[in-house]
Amino acid sequence: MDGVKYTGVPSAEELASCPGIPSEERMRKGRVACVECVQEIPCNPCEGICKFQAITVGEQITSLPCLHEAKCTGCGLCVANCPGLAITILDKSFSETEGTVDFPFEYLPLPQKGEVVDAVNRAGEVVCKGTVMAVTKAASYNGTAVIRLRVPITCVDEVRSMKRLPRTNMKGV
Amino acid sequence: MKIKEVDIAVVGAGSAGLSAAYQAALAGAKVLVLDENRLPGGQLFKQIHKFFGSRAHQAGTRGYTIGHQLLERVEKSGAEVWLNTLVYGMQKDCSLGVIHDDQHWTIKAKKVIVATGAKENYLAFPGSTLPGVMGAGAAQTMINVNRVLPGQRILMLGSGNVGLIVSYQLMQAGADVVALVEAAPNIGGYGVHAGKIRRAGVPFYISHTIKAVTGDGQVEHVELVQVDKMFKPIPGTEKTFDVDTVCLAVGLNPMTELIWMAGCKFCFIPAFGGHVPLHTEDMETTVPGLYVAGDVTGVEEASSAMEEGNMAGVAAAEALGFLTAEDAEKKKVEIRGRLNILRSGMFGERRRTAKTSQLQSMSDYQAQKGGVQ
Repeated sequence: MDGVKYTGVPSAEELASCPGIPSEERMRKGRVACVECVQEIPCNPCEGICKFQAITVGEQITSLPCLHEAKCTGCGLCVANCPGLAITILDKSFSETEGTVDFPFEYLPLPQKGEVVDAVNRAGEVVCKGTVMAVTKAASYNGTAVIRLRVPITCVDEVRSMKRLPRTNMKGV
Repeated sequence: MKIKEVDIAVVGAGSAGLSAAYQAALAGAKVLVLDENRLPGGQLFKQIHKFFGSRAHQAGTRGYTIGHQLLERVEKSGAEVWLNTLVYGMQKDCSLGVIHDDQHWTIKAKKVIVATGAKENYLAFPGSTLPGVMGAGAAQTMINVNRVLPGQRILMLGSGNVGLIVSYQLMQAGADVVALVEAAPNIGGYGVHAGKIRRAGVPFYISHTIKAVTGDGQVEHVELVQVDKMFKPIPGTEKTFDVDTVCLAVGLNPMTELIWMAGCKFCFIPAFGGHVPLHTEDMETTVPGLYVAGDVTGVEEASSAMEEGNMAGVAAAEALGFLTAEDAEKKKVEIRGRLNILRSGMFGERRRTAKTSQLQSMSDYQAQKGGVQ
């Protein structure tokens, strides 16, 4: 059976009706949040962390977060602050052929800038190679790193994380 | 035997107990908290993930940070905390039999708040006693408190939030989770938790259970089998995995031994993990002066436990005259509002219905008792 309740992966229908997904047009313009929160759970840190009121949940905190794509600057504060790790920043304006995906990552070791890694989809399947553009660990991220991967533009809709790196040669852990 | 007298004794220094102690001590009561563990905080200090809930519940903050904040508040409030302290019994008058510093104490309190939490359920199958089969909570304590990885290749049974979160944390600690198995036809916990481990490549086997675990003196293989709608194994659907650890996340049940001793009335609510004490909205049981809070009243989660603790602390302090009815009611309205939010939505509905029925059982009991008198 299809859907997050059965597979852990939101179905195409669930994503299509999710109010947190930006339009193709908006992604073409530049960095924008993609909030893949498809179940009504009591949670609203995304709304509070956004300085631009680009994500709203409202009084009823089980409501699905709603993205107001025109207000979103793609700053990425929400990515590390979503307890469900359900938010990414997508950008299809990077070049004609490539786009970027920023996603939260809580495994060690972290990749290095410039490293080429296996980019995975929502089901953990490798879909393409990605080049690490940035690894951000701001204090306000509270222990969650945010990785920015450059991937073929056709893969931006699919890539949501990267394969964990082997724990050999880990330094300082 | 030594005797100590306090206004309010709190049994359990976890989410609920510490919250209750803080509220009561803040109101001016002399509070003593008792806990059998070496460290306070209950389960909070092993919760390394960011909590859900509203911003009022510090959603987005990691569990252990919430634990530190709560502990700091309790220390400042003036409540006394006795650790390594065993509460082995409770008399009908709610005085507590306690062993502290190798000495036998009787704690006489005007009000007692029991916040003993819950314990893990176990599941029997061939091989379930082999070393390497353990509770998911035990595995979580090993990795996040004691920094010991229980195994390298782990199979998790149970897809509630505990099974999902502990699977994620086992991978963060460096293990591989080879499969997540669930007997029900759907994943029990939050989709976002399931999504995290799915992105890490963990396959889900819903409508499956463990047929047997085998190995020479320790876990080496686990055999799964698909089950039908009646949870009956379907022959021919067996699959075998090489693993060294099997974790069981098959629910929790309230630690009610002490309050049974005191003579509390109970009702049976499967959604809450079994027998749970009847209590009022103020968290007072059928034994006057005995309050309960947190998972002992029915298994929920940490934020609800903290709010029930707040409620019990406020109500007990009010009953002793440390808060005026007006001040207490103001606090209670806020707490009830936050509890309602935590019990809302598709995942909260079952718990809200269960709590409503538990409160109704208490009202029925009180009405019946009133009628007899």
